[in-house]
Formats: sequence, structure tokens, C-alpha cells
Amino acid sequence: MRVGLFITCVNDTLYPHTGRAVVTLLERLGVEVGFPAGQSCCGQPHFNTGYRHETEPLVRRYATAFRGYDHIVTPSGSCAAMVRDNYPRIGAKAAAEGRGQELAEAAATVVPRTHELTEFLTDVLGVTDVGAYYPHTVTYHPTCHGLRMLRLGDRPRALLGAVRGLDLVELPGAEECCGFGGTFAVKNAAVSAAMGADKARNITATGAQAVCTVDNSCQMHIGGTLARQGSAVRPVHIAEILASTEEHVW
Amino acid sequence: MSGPGHATYLGMPAFPEAADTSTRDTRLRANLRHATHTIRTKRATAVAELDDWGRLRAAGAAIKDRTLRHLDHYLERLESAVTAAGGQVHWAADADEANRIVTELVRATGEHEVVKVKSMATQEIGLNDALAEAGITAYETDLAELIVQLGDDLPSHILVPAIHRNRSEIRDIFAERMARWGRPAPDGLTDAPADLAEAARLHLREKFLNAKVAVSGANFMVAETGTLVVVESEGNGRMCLTLPDTLISVVGIEKVVPTFQDLEVFLQLLPRSSTAERMNPYTSMWTGTSDDDGPRTFHLVLLDNGRTDTLADTVGRQALRCIRCSACLNVCPVYERAGGHAYGSAYPGPIGAILTPQLRGTQSALDASLPYASSLCGACYEVCPVAIDIPEILVHLRERVVEGGPVSVRGTRAVIKPAKGHAAERAAMRAARWALDHPSVLRTGQRLASRTRRLHPRRLPGPGRAWSDTRELPAVPAESFRDWWQRTRATNDRSTP
Repeated sequence: MRVGLFITCVNDTLYPHTGRAVVTLLERLGVEVGFPAGQSCCGQPHFNTGYRHETEPLVRRYATAFRGYDHIVTPSGSCAAMVRDNYPRIGAKAAAEGRGQELAEAAATVVPRTHELTEFLTDVLGVTDVGAYYPHTVTYHPTCHGLRMLRLGDRPRALLGAVRGLDLVELPGAEECCGFGGTFAVKNAAVSAAMGADKARNITATGAQAVCTVDNSCQMHIGGTLARQGSAVRPVHIAEILASTEEHVW
Repeated sequence: MSGPGHATYLGMPAFPEAADTSTRDTRLRANLRHATHTIRTKRATAVAELDDWGRLRAAGAAIKDRTLRHLDHYLERLESAVTAAGGQVHWAADADEANRIVTELVRATGEHEVVKVKSMATQEIGLNDALAEAGITAYETDLAELIVQLGDDLPSHILVPAIHRNRSEIRDIFAERMARWGRPAPDGLTDAPADLAEAARLHLREKFLNAKVAVSGANFMVAETGTLVVVESEGNGRMCLTLPDTLISVVGIEKVVPTFQDLEVFLQLLPRSSTAERMNPYTSMWTGTSDDDGPRTFHLVLLDNGRTDTLADTVGRQALRCIRCSACLNVCPVYERAGGHAYGSAYPGPIGAILTPQLRGTQSALDASLPYASSLCGACYEVCPVAIDIPEILVHLRERVVEGGPVSVRGTRAVIKPAKGHAAERAAMRAARWALDHPSVLRTGQRLASRTRRLHPRRLPGPGRAWSDTRELPAVPAESFRDWWQRTRATNDRSTP
């Protein structure tokens, strides 16, 4: 099985330790991981702000970079949802604008192979106990695109539930958006901040040591808000928890 | 006229500016949080009772889509059926025409007052203001619309127009303002719900018994029978629909359904989604006029006002399925913080953010800002009883704002220019895309950021302040993932094509 890691631009640039955790975890599970250097950004910031045409070269780039891999795995629910939900739309609109089927075909080649990390673990590898050890109290925030576009459901919780030493505490209002929303965070800064403040307060109130998500872009907003509120709760990506073991606590 | 001045949506600021103010209003935030969380929890329970909700939802969407595909056919059937049942049908291309028709119809009765059933279409066209200019006073009789009207205020929610008010504010409005519109509030009025309801009942009863003309909207119109349907909770609508001699209904053309049996689907979807009830207390249906009962004269004003143009858009037309339940408002985290007035139209919340820019266009700063009034969290799509993919339409309309493109304007194809004020953003997006499409450039940028990371400010200047005013910036790592991979793995990576 040839697995290509789609690291995402945010993780590549700001959260490389999440990427290293994914590699460590997948290799521990016997998966051979490749990292095609031609990869870049999925194009979500452009697409969701209205710049669909700017997204098209990035759709092509993604499809080309991951040609030949059986599976494409990404530690981001939002970027996986961008590929699976929006790449076909981008292809269909290009065709409707009389520019041929090329983008639609490129989209069709990557949609069935693209998996968010927890989906890949539970659905493709068929594991929920990945042999992890993480001796902390953790609360889980289901990020919106993982929750409502990918329908991740209980997968992340099942994986966390099998981690030794981990005490999972419920987050009140868990399914409410944190307020990140990409360019929404700056275009509608007041509302974004208000949503983030409520989310951060709910997280702190759980008494957890760490808040876990499947998306570091949301974590950038949640963690930045927690830090500004003076909260001690640490944002952590689920890959880092699942990569953690007795020998090497991540 | 007897009423005080009128509030208006005209000239309101763009959404971000309005929300910047409203999010600081702690009382508003508390009122909205309490109300939306209460109703969203109840709705979830009411919907969970039905094991075929998913199929009902699909049926609702399918009926609406089929009707919209053949809208001209069903509207003509409706016109024939209403006419055959003794009603008169009028066609209004836009708000001005609809207001003119209604004003003339009221004038022809010789009356100077009308009672109103709660109606979104008449809010959309600003009917009360148009009537006031002609010397006709319109009395809102829905309890929440009454609160809004007495308070010189604007509705901020589709189902609960006064959701931004709590009961002590309502008590003050009743005590101070009722006398200017009719029967005053009783002395010593408290803010107990039963007292407030009794004050409204006494005030409104006088209106019902005196009114000769009523104005309504409708939730549904049945093409095969010519039947109109109003769904409500209070019974005040039924008073208006049955007591006056003349009834004028202003209804959007998308409200038509083909057959009476189609109501079976919508009369389940609507109450559970809106008030979280299995069945709403009052469902009024009327077909033309009758010599025995109800109004002797019935006029139906069919309102386009941008709907045909919306129908021409293959993505945006889903918005015309809307049955105005307001479930999307009640789950929306943005609506909950910003409040309904920030949306600057009769249609607040997620549905307003996709409906208003389609009905009014995207040329004003306010209308161009509405598609961005969402974090794209998708909660609205999940609860929508007719499966309108609101996030999809929001993104579609964002493209219209920044890129312009083909649209329908009053039935004619046109190509619009991008909305003003996006030049810098467009340049930045293009530059970012260029860098992202050249990984060597991306890598150079990452390395530069890493080398200078100790020099990065904790607060950003200029537009970046929008981030760093409330959030710490992430620390830039010493090495990007791609550099780490190349340094430690690249030679071993047999699978890189």
C-alpha cells in the first residue's frame, strides 16, 4: 500500500511536529509513507473566499503530486473536505464554463483516495487501538468540516478512547463552531472573536489539560484565544496524541 | 397617522461593522443566546421523534424543486383556481409594484386602517411604510411584530421578530407605547408573561373588531385548488383572516405547491423545524371567497421581486425552497453573536445571507458583505428541512462578489462587475496562489520566516490586527515539515514519484 502524506500548507509551515507525528504513527502501524514534494495547498482559502479560478491550478497540482499513491492521508478534516466536496464542484463548474473535463477528471481521481487521518486509521487500516499512551486529561472539539462534511462521527473519540492513560472529558457545546472559518477570522473579526471566546471558556471549564482536534487551522484560533485568555489548556492535534507512547511521550 | 416613526433597513452598514457593535451589546448577546439555545434543543428533540425525517426532508426538497422547474405552469394553474373560487389575482414584478397594488386596493375600500397577519413578504417589500405614505395605518397583530412595531424597531428573526428583547424590555415598550397606537396597557403592568399577553390581547382585540381590511402573506399556495395556507401559533392571524370584509394576501411566487397532498409533507416539516412543535396550534386555509363566512373580497398579489432572477441561477435557486422556518437562524453561531439587525434585511441569519444578495443583488456594501457573514460551519445545512446547501450558496455568492460574472437581472442575462473594495484582496489571493503553485517559492518563504522568527512581533500591524487583537499568533517553527522531511527522509523515500 502506497500512502502519500498531504501535510497541508498550515501544518507544513506552522505545525511541522504534527506532520512528524503522523509519520511516526503511520510507520508504527506498518504503513510506508511518502511525501511528494510537488504538493502545496488544497486551495481552500481561495475557494472559500470566492476565488474559485485561483483554486484551479492547485487542484491540478494536488492531483499530479499524488498520482500513483493508493491513498492520500491528511491530518486535516477541513482540507480533506475541500478535496472531497469542492474539487468535484470546481471540476463541474470548469466544464460548465466550456473548459473541458480535465479538472473534473483530475478531481475524480483524487476524491475516493483522499482520507482524513482518523478515517484512514479506522476505515482503511481498521484499527482503533493504535498502541498510544498519553497520560493527560483531554477534551475533544469536533471541528465543523470533519463533523458535518466528512461525517467523522465517533471515529476520533473511539481512537482517543483506546489511548492508555488518557482521560477524555466531554466539552459542553462541543458541536458549535470555534469561529475560525479561514478568512472569516479577519473579515468578521468581532464575531469570530466572540465565538472563539465562548469556545475557549467552555474548554477551560472542562478542567482538561489539553484540547484535541483534527484540524490545526482551528487550533491556531482556539489556542491563540486560550493563550490570550491566560488559560493553561494546551491545543494538541490528535496525531500527536496517537503518536505518543510510553517510550516517547509526544 | 397615529403611529410614530418607522425604522428602515436602508443605508445600514456592512455586516462586519454592524456586528462589531452588536457583539458588544451584552444584553442582546444574553437574550439571543438564551432564546436560540432553548429553541435549538427543542427542535432537535421534535425532529428526533420522527424516524422518517430524512425522507420527509428529501420529499420536501424534491417537491419544491419540481415545482420551481415548472413554476410558470403552477402559477397559472393557481391563478385559474383562485379566480374560479372568487378571488382576484394581481402580479407584482417588484416591491414598488406590489406596494402600489396593495395601496390602491386598500384605497378602493375607503378604509384608512388595516390589520396585518405576520408576513415576511410584506416586511421584504416595506409595505407598512408605503401604506403610511398613503395615509393608511397598518397594525401588526402578531405578538412579536406588535412589540417591534410599538418599539419603532425592526424584526431581527423570521419566526420570533422580537427575539432581541427580553420581557422587561417588552413591559416597558407596552407601558410607554400602546396608548399611541390604540388601547393603552393596563396600569401596573408587570413583566409576567401572562400579564404581557393579556395586555396585548386587549390592545389587539379592539383592532380585530374594528378592522375592515386585512393584509396577510401565506406559507403555502396550492395550485390545484387555489387554497392559501397560513400556519401560526397565536390565532391572531385567524382573527385577521376571518373577521374583515376584505383580505389582501401578498405572497412570493415560490410559495406555490402543486397539490393539496403536498401539504402533508410541509405541515410536518415546518412546525417541527420552526417552533419545535409536532403540530402548530392554528393552520388556516381558505379558497377564494364564500358568501357564508370570512372575507367577501379576496385579492392575491403574487410577488416576484428578484425570485425569477434567483431561479435563473443553477446553484442559488435552492434558496427558493425555503419555507421560512428559521431553524438555520437558531443554530447559527454567527447569528447568535451578531443578532438579526446586522443582516440589514427582513431575512436575517444564514438564509438571509443567501437570499438577500440574490433578491437585491450584491452591489451595495451591505449586500456584498452578507455572503461572508458565515464561518461555513454547516450547522444551517444540517437542520434545513428542505436541504438547502447554504454553505455552497454562500461560497457561490462570494465568487459573484469578488469576480462578478453572469447573472439574471429582471429576467435578462447580464454580466456584472466585481463588487467594489476587493482589489487588494484579489492581488493578495493571486500572489498567494502563485507562491503556492511554486513550492520552491513557498519553501523560500518558509525558510525566511523560520530564520527571522525571533524578530516576529506578537501583535500585527494594519489588517493583521484583526487577528492579533484577540488571539496570540502561532510561533513559527525552526524548520518546516518539508525541510525536515528532506533533511531526514528524502533519500529513503522510495515512494516519491
